[in-house]
Amino acid sequence: MSLPRKVARDQDQGIPEGDQVGRDGRARPFLRIDAGSRRHRTLRGLALLAAVLIAAGIPFNSDRVVNGQLTLVLVYAVAALGLNLLVGYSGQISLGHGAFFAIGAYTAAILIVRAHVPYPLTVPAAALLTFALGFAFGVPALRLRGLYLALVTLALAIATTPLIKRFEGLTGGVQGMSVPQPTVPGWLPVDPDQFLYLLVLSVAVPMFLLAANLTRGGLGRALVSIRDNERAATTMGVDRARVKSRVFAWSAAYAGVAGALFTLTLGFVAPESFNLALSFTFLAAIVIGGLGTVGGALLGALFIEFVPQYAERVNQALTGVIYGATLIAVIYLMPGGIAGLLRSVRRRLVEVAEPPPAGGEPTGGAVLEAGATSPGGGRRPAV
Amino acid sequence: MERFLQVVVDGIADGSIYGALALALVLIFRSTGIVNFAQGEMAMFATFVAWGLHDGGRPLWLALVAAFAFAFLGGMAIERLLIRPVEGAGTLTLVIVTLGLFILVNAAAGWIWGFTNRGFPSIFPSGVARLGGVELSVESLGIIAVLLAVVALLGLLFQRTKLGLAMRAAALNPDSSRLVGIRVGRMLMLGWGLAALLGALAGVLVAPRLFLDVNLMGGVLVYAFAGAALGGFDSPLGAVVGSWIIGVTENLAGTYVGAVGADLKVLVPLAVIFVVLLVRPSGLFGSPEVTRV
Amino acid sequence: MVGSRSKAGRGRFALLALLALVLVAAGCGRDEGGGGQAGTADPGITDTSIKLGSSYPFSGPASAYGTIAKGVNAYFELTNDKGGVNGRKIEFVTHDDGYEPQRALTNARRLVEQDKVFALFNTLGTANNIAIWDYANQEKVPQVFVATGASNWGTDIAGHPYTIGWQPNYVTEAKVYAEYLKQQKPNGKVAVLYQNDAYGKDLLGGFKSGIEGSGIQIVKEQSYEATAPSVASQVKQLAGTGADVFLNISTPKFAAQSIATVAQTTWKPLHVLNNVAASKAQVLQPVGLKNAQGIVSTAYFKDPEDQQWGSDAAMVEYKTNLAKYEPDANPDDPYNAYGWTVANTMVEALKQMKEPTRAALMDSVRNLAVDVPMLLPGVKVQTNGTTDGFPIEAMQVTQFKGENFELQGNVIQAPAQ
Repeated sequence: MSLPRKVARDQDQGIPEGDQVGRDGRARPFLRIDAGSRRHRTLRGLALLAAVLIAAGIPFNSDRVVNGQLTLVLVYAVAALGLNLLVGYSGQISLGHGAFFAIGAYTAAILIVRAHVPYPLTVPAAALLTFALGFAFGVPALRLRGLYLALVTLALAIATTPLIKRFEGLTGGVQGMSVPQPTVPGWLPVDPDQFLYLLVLSVAVPMFLLAANLTRGGLGRALVSIRDNERAATTMGVDRARVKSRVFAWSAAYAGVAGALFTLTLGFVAPESFNLALSFTFLAAIVIGGLGTVGGALLGALFIEFVPQYAERVNQALTGVIYGATLIAVIYLMPGGIAGLLRSVRRRLVEVAEPPPAGGEPTGGAVLEAGATSPGGGRRPAV
Repeated sequence: MERFLQVVVDGIADGSIYGALALALVLIFRSTGIVNFAQGEMAMFATFVAWGLHDGGRPLWLALVAAFAFAFLGGMAIERLLIRPVEGAGTLTLVIVTLGLFILVNAAAGWIWGFTNRGFPSIFPSGVARLGGVELSVESLGIIAVLLAVVALLGLLFQRTKLGLAMRAAALNPDSSRLVGIRVGRMLMLGWGLAALLGALAGVLVAPRLFLDVNLMGGVLVYAFAGAALGGFDSPLGAVVGSWIIGVTENLAGTYVGAVGADLKVLVPLAVIFVVLLVRPSGLFGSPEVTRV
Repeated sequence: MVGSRSKAGRGRFALLALLALVLVAAGCGRDEGGGGQAGTADPGITDTSIKLGSSYPFSGPASAYGTIAKGVNAYFELTNDKGGVNGRKIEFVTHDDGYEPQRALTNARRLVEQDKVFALFNTLGTANNIAIWDYANQEKVPQVFVATGASNWGTDIAGHPYTIGWQPNYVTEAKVYAEYLKQQKPNGKVAVLYQNDAYGKDLLGGFKSGIEGSGIQIVKEQSYEATAPSVASQVKQLAGTGADVFLNISTPKFAAQSIATVAQTTWKPLHVLNNVAASKAQVLQPVGLKNAQGIVSTAYFKDPEDQQWGSDAAMVEYKTNLAKYEPDANPDDPYNAYGWTVANTMVEALKQMKEPTRAALMDSVRNLAVDVPMLLPGVKVQTNGTTDGFPIEAMQVTQFKGENFELQGNVIQAPAQ
């Protein structure tokens, strides 16, 4: 970043650098960086590294129960991430991601139990299968929009459990299947629960990075353009159908990977785990976490895993009431999700500024962070 | 042949159950533009209110009227207190609020009245009507009649009254509606109130057959969505006819298609939806969505 | 200024990263106290208390079963007021799992490692218990008297020695029906409605093996999903067969629907209704008692709605104390009586423990021969080491006549294996 540009901007605003309050009256952030600059990338990289290190350190400090729960949180976060790609960035709604989650889970289970495939291979296998299925489903389904797409995906979610039960020779049917869990390799001095957590983490982190990459790259920009104004995007040459099918396939693959990890974590699959409520829970997770944000997936997953537990502690008879009320309250208070709240806090400290366009007009404090707003709005029938 | 006709008639009877709730879904969609996942649970809650009053000794008609009034006021209150504050946040967010409401209302009903199964008196006399070897219970006939009456009334409301016009305008274009003096907020509240009322009606119609517990509408909701989608989400007649078609195809498939069987027969209406939505997304009776570029 | 600010920014994050590293390093190795045994007593048991834990569906589709916890709690409170078990008061901790296996497993871990219970007791749901049993057996935590009728719990004692059921399992129940039908309708044709899950299939499988070799035949089976709104169309299909017997394997709501549907047809079969749905209040009264005449079911404990036990000492004790300790619970609800009775069994097993250890509890549980007063006369709780993992294997046929279920014949012993 070049000194003259910043000085010019400050002079334009007529405020000597160092003052706490900017021209618009908002407290000036501690730190201002240009988006895409080296400094931005370095800071982001460091923040990510810090986050990963902290995440990796957690299991060594907490008991097995919490580790087990955090492992599930990571699993749900991966699924939520996929759903967020679809819903948050692309503005399409899916009520059926539980189905892809179930397919991923059963793929892993069947491969391990019936075909004796080593467990590391089951995750990519689940990803490939659900990607293909997601694409196949997406191509016809994504010709629908909004409410109709929601219904079709709802159909997918409902169809899952009976189909699982029907193919009982393969899936173990109503009794479910016990699946041997990954064992700790001899050379690694960790406990089984820590190992499972780190295993899931080692898959989750690349998935997060991949999602960030997808959303910042060409696919992400195409998605945002479709979401914000589909007709305009089409006239600009974005191949709507292909892009939407691709993102549907990616999001299905994420759910599939999460499902496979779920099987590895739990050591057991049964149809009851994949009920309709699961699809709704994922949807709730991304809205609460923050639509259209990558970090929102993790925050939402934390919410759906831990809040029912706390609701129970408040009053066991009223668990559902408290959980439902909390869901509504969070949305009421934070329509941008928890991530939205955190972002406004972060903006006080660090502002990532869009470098002014070539014409030289300063654009002020615009933030380029993919998908800051929630899709749709107003009362039109499209969701 | 007789058997076939009987299966069809049974399908219409089953479909009427879905159609009752589908009407409420369509009404709320038409007047507020959102999909309310909590519609079924609100209907169940109102039905429990009626049950509680009746069980406490009130005559049935009084319990029903009170429950309907409760539902109407409750629906309006929910719109004003829960939905209105977040209405700018996007349709998906609103949908999630209705999801939260689903969980809350279901758990609240369980907490107040318990989770056990119980009966609900029917407003229709018992008995079976027979015509040429095909039977249909008087209750089912009654439900069909009520549904058609509601469809007619809704049609009158929306097409022929100023109020209905105002409600439709408020749903389609709130900003322009305000400009012409329509109290959009009031229309939305009215829409929610009416939809809740219809839901309560659906509840008391189906509870005698399905029996009353907190999961009364859980299974029905999905079928109601399917029926409404098939018929067109903005058409009350479509909701009813669509639900009938769902009921009939489901029963036919369950009876005559061996591979389907009772466990997979739920796939039939889902497949029907899929096909219909691909071929004609606005449903059989709905008006296609015209968008200006 | 700008330069120094950027350096400060960089410095901040570097510091954060360093902090993270320090945390990781310092944190390596954690308190292993969770599993360690100090002394001879196991966790959850002291000289004055015993902690038991369970996971129930207090929310979700199976929430009707959640009331069992109230029956259990009432009995434990009564025991505590009488001085406890050998001087130890029972503390009962429960968590909600919404009938989902992953939550049940999380709850089991919480109960064992955070709540530090002595044993898992009466955890509910077939899939849930399968999700738990590997964990419980690895940790050597008793998973006793599980609340499901699945036959798994007695057939794998070697693999899962710490798990045991309690109620007559579905195979036993089905065999009782088979025996009854062999006497009443030796060449009968049977039409079956069953819930498409582990419980439904288990019962149906038990029935099929029970009628093997006899003249009884199944002419049609129809299943239903627990999430479906109605079973009317399946029942009508069964009615179309005109079979002699209607074997109805369904839960209360669907049982009520099926009885109502049968009443609307001209079909008049011998209606055999499974024990889970044999409730006057929840099933028969809503459909109208006149439609319930002649329905056959089974019972193994005294039905709180049955007048013949009105002045029975055990029943009176149950009803009074349920009202005292759980005033919100309905004494006529058979699930509450179930909870009371299984809790009674648990207390007896605890009393017979030779030492305050989990191994001793399992020893006691596997060598039980106790009388539980709420069980029907003739129904005993009995286990025999590794040769018999099923505590209750007897039931009695009941038939609904007039206003109540009446016990028929004698208690039938129907070993599950």
